[in-house]
This record gives sequence, C-alpha cells and structure tokens, in this order.
Amino acid sequence: MGANPAENHPISFRWLTKAKENGGKIVSVDPRYTRTSAVSDIYAALRSGTDIAFMGGMIKYSIDNNLFHKDYVVNYTNASFIVADGFDFKDGFFSGYDEATRTYDKTKWAIATNEDGTPKKDPSLQNPRTVFQLMKNHYSRYDVDTVSGVTGTPKKDLLNVYKAFCETGKVGKAGTILYAMGTTQHTVGSQNVRAFAIIQMLLGNIGLPGGGINAMRGESNVQGSTDFGLLWDNLTGYLGVPKATVPEHATLAGYLAKETPPTGFWSNKPKFVVSLLKAWYGDHATNKNEFGYHFLPKGNKNYSHINLFKAMYNNELEGAFLWGTNPVVGGPNAGKEKEALGNLKWLVAVDLWETETAAFWKKEAGSDPSKINTEVFLLPASASFEKEGSISNSSRWMQYRWKAIDSRGEARPDLDIIHELALKLKKLYANSPKPADQPFLSLEWNYGTGEAPDLDLIAKEINGYDLKTGKLLPGFGALLDDGTTSSGNWIYSGFYPEEGKNLSKRRDNKDTGNANFLNWSFAWPMNRRILYNRASADPSGKPWSQEKAVIWWDAAAKSWVGNDVPDFKAILSPTEPGGTGAFMMNKDGVGLLFAPTMNDGPFPEHYEPFESPVPNAFSSVELNPAVVINDGDFNKKGYKVDFPIVATTYRVEAHWQSGSMTRNQEWLSEIARYMFVEISEELAKEKGIKNKDKVIVTSARGEIKAYAMVTKRYKPFTVRGKKVHQLGMPWNFGYKGYAKGDIANRLTPHIGDANTMIPEYKAFLCDIRRAD
Amino acid sequence: MVELNLNRRQFLKLSGAAAATLAVVELGFNEKKAYAKSKDFKIAKATVTPTICCFCGVGCGILVHTKNNTVVYTEGDPDNPINEGKLCSKGTTLRQLYTSEKRITKPLYRASGSNKWEEKEWEWMLDTIAKRAKDTRDHSFVVEEDGLIVNKTEKIASLGGAALDNEETYLVSKLMRGLGVTYLEHQARI
Repeated sequence: MGANPAENHPISFRWLTKAKENGGKIVSVDPRYTRTSAVSDIYAALRSGTDIAFMGGMIKYSIDNNLFHKDYVVNYTNASFIVADGFDFKDGFFSGYDEATRTYDKTKWAIATNEDGTPKKDPSLQNPRTVFQLMKNHYSRYDVDTVSGVTGTPKKDLLNVYKAFCETGKVGKAGTILYAMGTTQHTVGSQNVRAFAIIQMLLGNIGLPGGGINAMRGESNVQGSTDFGLLWDNLTGYLGVPKATVPEHATLAGYLAKETPPTGFWSNKPKFVVSLLKAWYGDHATNKNEFGYHFLPKGNKNYSHINLFKAMYNNELEGAFLWGTNPVVGGPNAGKEKEALGNLKWLVAVDLWETETAAFWKKEAGSDPSKINTEVFLLPASASFEKEGSISNSSRWMQYRWKAIDSRGEARPDLDIIHELALKLKKLYANSPKPADQPFLSLEWNYGTGEAPDLDLIAKEINGYDLKTGKLLPGFGALLDDGTTSSGNWIYSGFYPEEGKNLSKRRDNKDTGNANFLNWSFAWPMNRRILYNRASADPSGKPWSQEKAVIWWDAAAKSWVGNDVPDFKAILSPTEPGGTGAFMMNKDGVGLLFAPTMNDGPFPEHYEPFESPVPNAFSSVELNPAVVINDGDFNKKGYKVDFPIVATTYRVEAHWQSGSMTRNQEWLSEIARYMFVEISEELAKEKGIKNKDKVIVTSARGEIKAYAMVTKRYKPFTVRGKKVHQLGMPWNFGYKGYAKGDIANRLTPHIGDANTMIPEYKAFLCDIRRAD
Repeated sequence: MVELNLNRRQFLKLSGAAAATLAVVELGFNEKKAYAKSKDFKIAKATVTPTICCFCGVGCGILVHTKNNTVVYTEGDPDNPINEGKLCSKGTTLRQLYTSEKRITKPLYRASGSNKWEEKEWEWMLDTIAKRAKDTRDHSFVVEEDGLIVNKTEKIASLGGAALDNEETYLVSKLMRGLGVTYLEHQARI
C-alpha cells in the first residue's frame, strides 16, 4: 500500500513472488494499476490521500467481525488502558485544539493513572473509556459505504482486501504492510503509518517473521543517514536536539529530566546522551561543563526542508552544503526552490554529476546568470565503489562496501572532503579566544595524520569506548552517564566490539535458522533482525505458534533463546515485572493503539489533502487541523474550479529519485527516455488527448510539458457520487543528463505533514490540456 | 581488502578463463567459437570486489570486476542472502557510474554573476569554501539569546546525505552540529 516494489524495490519484490509461490497472497492498493498490482492476487484502487479512510474501514471490519488477536491486543497494546476524562472527539477535532496556533494541548489526551503512576486498566476491554472502546467508537463511523464514497474504491474490492488481510489475525499466520512514499507524503502521512500500526497490532502481526510494517527505503543509506542524525530535530541515534524553546533544556540536567521517560528502555537516555557528548567533545566534555552540552546549537523553530527553503527564499540564509542531493528536481514546488538558491551567497555541491541544482544559475535552467550572485563550488565525488564504508538497508543491516577502484579523475570520497574541510576550519579558528569559537574548537577531530581520515578510527568512535581502559565497548548495555564511556551513535554500539572485529564486514551467509543470517553483516540494535520479537511469544514465553516461532523463554537456561537475538532483556523472565513488556521502547512496554504523542490526535482521522476535489465526508474539517500552512507567493493553493483533477507522482524502474544517478547513464536513459503523464482513457477522451500527444499539465504553482500516456491503469473514481479523475507522472526528470524532461515537482505544493513536515507530493490538484 | 570465499561463481569464472586459453589453441581459427569464448576474457584476471548497491534501500550485493584501472563488469553477488545474485536494471548497469562521460572529474567553480564553470584546484576550492563558511558563521553566530546559551548559526544549511556511507553521515552530522548549524536536513524528510 503506497508502494510499488515491483518497480522501485525490484529485488525485495522477488521475495514477495516467492511468498506467493508458497501460498501467500499479495494485495496491492494503489490509485494506479501498477506493475506490483499486475502480480497481486487482489487489487484495490483508492483515490490519493484517502488511506486513513481505507484503513479505518479495516480497523472497524476486524473489530466488528472479531478477527483481531485478542490475547495479543490485551497483553501487548494499550487497548485496556483507561483514558482520562479530558479526551474527546467531535466533528473532526480532538479535544484541546487551539485554532490560533493550529496546535493541540496533548495533556488533554492523558491516560488515567493509579496513585503509583501506573496506568489504570480494564483487561476485559468493556469499560467505555478503555482505549479499545474509544477506538471502536471512533472507527464506527468508517463503515464500508462511507469509506467507499471517500476512497472511490468499489465496495466489493474493499471487502476483499479487508477479508484477506484480516485472515492474518489468526495464530500461525502473518501479514506485513510494505509502504513507501505513497503513504508518507501527505499532510496526514504520519497518521497513515499509524493506521497501519493499529491494524498490525490488532492482528498480532508485529514481532513475527513475515509481519511488521516495513518502510521501503528509497535511498541506499537513508536508513543510516537518519540513524546518524541528518535531520534538524535529531542528534545521532534519535536523541532529540536541545531547543531554546523548551525552558528545561537550559541545562543538561533539565534536558535529561524532561526527555527521559521513567520506565521503558529510553529510561537509559542519559547514558546515550553523555556518551555522545564524550565522543564529540572528548576531554572538553567534563562533569563541570555539563559534558559540553552547551556546545550544541539550540534552535528556536522548526528547521525542516520546507522551512529551510522558505528561509532561503526570504533571504535569511547565506550558504549551503549539498551532499548528493538535487532539490531543484526533488524538492516540492521545485520552481520556487530553484529561485531560492539564487538568494545564497555561496553554494557547495558535492556530486558525481552536474545536477540541475548545481546548474540552477544557467540559461538552460531558465535563469539569467548575470542576475545570480551565488558563488557555486561543485566538488566531484567518488562513486560508492570507489571508496570504503558501510551502509544500512531497510532492515537495518549494516553492510560493508569495499573499495574496488581508485576514484574517477580527480573525484574524492565525501569522507575526505568533510575531513579536509573540518581541518581547514580548525586551522582558521586555531587559538581564537572568542567565546563564539569555543564550541567548534572543543570539537574532537582526531582521525589520523594522513590526507584521508582513518576510516577505522571513525568506525570505532561510533561504536564507543570504555574511556577508563581505552577498550572498545561490547554494546550499548555498557554505556554510562558519568563520562567514562563514549559512543558516537548508541544504537550502533556493538558493531565493533573488539579490535579488528568490524561486524559489518561479515560475509558468512549460512542460514542460522528460520531464514535468519545472523553472521552476515550486522543489524542494529545488537544484531537483532526482527524488532519486538518478544511479541512472537505469548505472555508466558511460548511461541504463539511453531510456524512463526522466533524466540521463546527457556526456563532451564533462564534465558530467552531462539533463531534471532532477543529484542528484549535476555534474562528477564515472563513472570518478572516487565517480563511481558514486548514493546520495550515505550514507557509502559505496550504498543500504542492510542498515541497521545502525535501532533494531530491519538487516533488517525481522515482529512482531505491540502488540495482536494471533494468536501470531507467524515467531518466539517477539511484539512488536517494541525498542519502549518505556508501561503502567499511561496505556496499558491489551487482549487477544484481551476484544477479539477487529482495528481500524484511516482518513479519508473529505470530511474532513481531525481534521476541524476540514472539519467547520466546511457543504458538507463535509453530504457526510460521521456517525461510522460499517465491518464485514463476516459480523461483522454474528455480532453481530446491521444496517446503520445504533447500535453501541458498545470497546477497553482506552475506548468510542465510532457507526453501523454493513455492507459487503462487509471480509471475515474466515483467519489461521493461524482466522477473524479486522477493522473500520475514520474518525478525522475530534469534538464540535465542524457534523458531530459520537465520537472514534475514544479507542480507540487509546499505543505507538510503535521508531525514530520514531509511534503504532500502525492495528492494535489491539476489540469491537463493538449500542447497544440 | 576483503577475502572472498572461493565460491561456486568464482570457481566457474576461474575455470572459464582457463578454458578460454585452451580453446584458442585447440580451436585454431574457428572465428565464431573463438569470439564466443572471448567473452570470458573480459573478466579473466580481473579483481573482484564486493559492494552493496548504491540505489534503493534493499541492500543488494554486487561484485565489481576491475582490470587495467577501469571497471570491466559488474554482476549480482551470489553470496549475498538479500539478492542471491539477482539485480534490477539499475543495479545491473552500476558499471556506467564509473564509465559515464557525464562524470565530473575536476572541481568546478562558478563566480558570482558568471555564465560559466571554471576548473580549479582542490586546494583552492576547499580553502575558499572554508573561508566562506567561516565568514558566514562568524557574522551570524549567536552565543546567547534571551539569557540562554544557544551557540548557533542560522545562516548555513546542510542538505543531503542519504547516499553517503554511515561514517560519512556521522562526520557531516558532527561537523555541522560542531559549527552550530540548525538547518541540517536530508532526503529522509522529503
């Protein structure tokens, strides 16, 4: 759902076809009949932006027909928790909404607690204030007729999908949900994923082989780069950045007190934070100076991609580093992002190619070079096999890449570039007495004396040391909060437990049981392959079924044993306190059917996209009330009177992301040569468009030219009794490389999800006409 | 350098190379057969290095064959349990990332208002970039804001990194936070 692995993750899809050979069923839910749909057992079309309606209907179906896994739900989720009186939901709004700030007061969604702070529960799930009953009530509105009217999915298709997937709620069965950007790139993107999580918890599908919700990562190391904190709100290992807007963050002690939950695994957070500070600031991080906590920047706003480009557009930024990224093609409302780049004084682009972004100032980009004052530095980077290092895949497997050949021409690895830049800056700042320069001067940067940094030293710094003995740490269990340990990224600690033993280099491909390959590479955390695998066993520690056994409690050995490394404290017996807390990263050890942590409500609720052709059928609230709206010149909004057609973007198999890596190769350019727009036969007829005609697609942000591809893969939807057309186009094209074409993202809006600010690329309004 | 097991695939390759040498002698001037066998020559005596595909997040293994300082061939790594030697079209053409004429091979500089790139030395580029970064940081750096230590610059952005190695992303993260950068984002957001 929201993924097309047959094209975008083809080798993962090979395993789906193998599952099918073994009797498994593939369900494909997509606005377009994709190559994945073509191999599926069941296909259901849905209008872009209606996933919550679709899944809400499934939640209702599983409860109404008693298809959920009750023991799992009672023991491993917060279904039995009693919600305190402050929580309510009326006509699209949860309680605690403030219209002026477009935010919720989440304290209104608290769980009722006993005197000792533990949650109040009703394991019978009958109390009307239990999470279960509130959830049941919330989704009672998502009946099949209403859902079908919103999603445009025929009723029989909805029921087919619900029936097939809810079959996996039976013990001995498992179902997984594979998703990608079709799910996340919406103003309700996070809640789309939450809806998946709810159904998977109801069906008892998390922690089992063949279960889970699996994000299909689009870039080879988008997992690792996120783990390593390349997002404004994270340091490494998902430790939140300190913020000037949170009064408690004024001191390290305050930050730790505020951000550390009393129970659950995150109660160890101070150990991870202090060890990170020791890795970054070394001897400059002492008990006296709060371990260098104040060297870290403290921002006072949201610095995410959309806001970053808005700031650039408003002349608030001066310089930028781009590490193999191409926002002029890949960014939302890309025409504005290109304009914004011209407001920079300097731009450094590190890439294998002259990308559309690096060339934004050129005539071919539609710019007037004489009017653009930006200095641009384009540094040739090495290809992945021209250097050495590790990357982490969608399953968190950290695999090593060896160097096969010297870099082409004068290209250099990014690692060397970052390192040399750091050394040059260190030199420029050397001996400065200015207070402003102390944070940077205190940053440890000791990676050998050669021109290139010593990769092994970096790897070991990430793993971490016992600073008293100088020995490498065996894992994050050994981390302390007193400054005697270091670790650059706690979740990776353990991949390099001894000198000469970098476990990401392991190549023993023997199946160690149940299709686990525990001696191939390393998976964080601590080589665990299936997260939350404690949930594969019942509360007493016995596998729910032999077919889906992963780990179990061995009473004689007083330990969890099995085919995977336990994602649980290995010696904690099922009868001890916390011994059934399968979701150990959460405060109460249970999965959150009711998530009072979300910005836009504890239950996913359907709202229409920013640009929608129909009013919301579920409430009078059209747009997610917690999203930030950027209006004016930076983000024009289109309405259905001018732009009646729903549009979405996707990728083709031969091209990757913005296309810079593939459109600069001959063979792949030949396979997928031209920018096209895919439309239904019905829409083509209405607009007088024939296959291969040149067409113009317009949105409130701009217009692009492309070839029309008239197919049966799109069909008009019937939404609330009216015909709604949808079309789609690849976003792989740009004006550089061998295969050139107009940039789809010139059409997409600058609006993001309420929790993550991921842009809503996947549902916007447009119109289409013949070009001549 | 990694030591590969002499697995089934490599064994075939090595024996294939030996067979090709014999074939020339045995077959005399049968051009057709010699041509068919000459295909073996391309990867004969090539160095084989395992890598992981640089495209999507599945993590397929690829073997890179190099000889005479170029990439002569790439193929799926049969030992990698993720792809068992299979690849999609993007993984299959990995070699062209090396051979493509579109690769930039020298640092390029575009001056303010200019309509062209100029080739520059690495040293000059990195020195100049460091100066620009320092200049921007110095005049925008905020040590204290409303009585709170904030040590930040909001005038420098860092974007991208989803295709970098873990060790590289770690250094980007460390360097940028070390400089006080708050606008730190990458592809996971978009």
